[in-house]
Amino acid sequence: MRKAAIVPAYNEADAIAGVVSELREAHPDFEVVVVDDGSTDGTASAAHCAGAEVVELPFNLGIGGAVQTGIEWARRRGCDLAVQVDGDGQHDPQEVAKIIAPILEGVADVVVGTRFAGERNYNASMARRIGIGVFAGAVSLIVRQRVTDTTSGFRAMNARAIELFAEEYPHDYPEVEATVLVFRHRLRMVEVAVSMRQRETGRSSITAFRSIYYMGKVSLALLVGLLRPRPALAK
Amino acid sequence: MTYSSGRLSLVAGAAVVAVLCVVIELIRRHKLQERYALLWIVTGVVMLVLALWRGALYALAHAAGVAYPPSALYMVAGLFVLAVLLHYSTVLSRLSEQNKTLAQRLALLEQELKARDERRPRRVA
Repeated sequence: MRKAAIVPAYNEADAIAGVVSELREAHPDFEVVVVDDGSTDGTASAAHCAGAEVVELPFNLGIGGAVQTGIEWARRRGCDLAVQVDGDGQHDPQEVAKIIAPILEGVADVVVGTRFAGERNYNASMARRIGIGVFAGAVSLIVRQRVTDTTSGFRAMNARAIELFAEEYPHDYPEVEATVLVFRHRLRMVEVAVSMRQRETGRSSITAFRSIYYMGKVSLALLVGLLRPRPALAK
Repeated sequence: MTYSSGRLSLVAGAAVVAVLCVVIELIRRHKLQERYALLWIVTGVVMLVLALWRGALYALAHAAGVAYPPSALYMVAGLFVLAVLLHYSTVLSRLSEQNKTLAQRLALLEQELKARDERRPRRVA
């Protein structure tokens, strides 16, 4: 079984080497690919020195484009399993075992590691919590399955999900729409509780103006998505 | 006056709803990305509010010193269209910059591949 760990990174020179070496140490059976999303701070060379395969995008595509690049990389290599781990160090490589378990057991096509179910060491602003809650509620209604966190970028996917995401993946702030996409294509998704770390370096990409754009863009995408016919069952 | 502004509300409201429907249909068919549709939707919603809620339009006209309130509707529409155009100019600038970068990277990559091919002795099939 070929396995890939996809690490999207934008200006994470300080954290990326740690993420890559921890991943390689904890999971030597994974090929680690860092997708450098047009960084200007030496992220690519830091990742390369730590022993990762590095795909350098010529300019910043945004998280959606970067992740999809890594997924296409995994598809071309014929990977049967891929995990996505953020480049800033907030996802603990030790927790990868938890998110790949349902895929190895064959009970899910996509697994999301979430920070709410169970574990407590997560503090976010009130506004952010409410925003996350609203979207989680809306998505739960749309997909008719309880979803608690639609913002987590800590995920595992099998070959079917790799195939789907390589074909179709949202551009920016992709997690909410990707969740709906998974269900529309009749893939099975489960959430698994994981503990996440505080960001080691860098800052969250969500600022005030961006959160308004985020809310608008994602709401629009969800509403218009309801008007689309369900894709035919792929066999 | 009231009769004609009533008709204006109806015509302007219908026009805005038609535009919003086209925008949403374009998104639905994946011909328009959400990020470029947002400004159109905001424009549409503001225009719709002003077209249907005459009190707001009159207050705005008064505040802006526009003597004939329905003209204020054109003024607002004009401003929003300017904003959309300006936004597109920045998008176009970014795209042309990225396009240049892509062309340069591709040309350098092709040159590198050719140079490697020439250095390596031909293998006989």
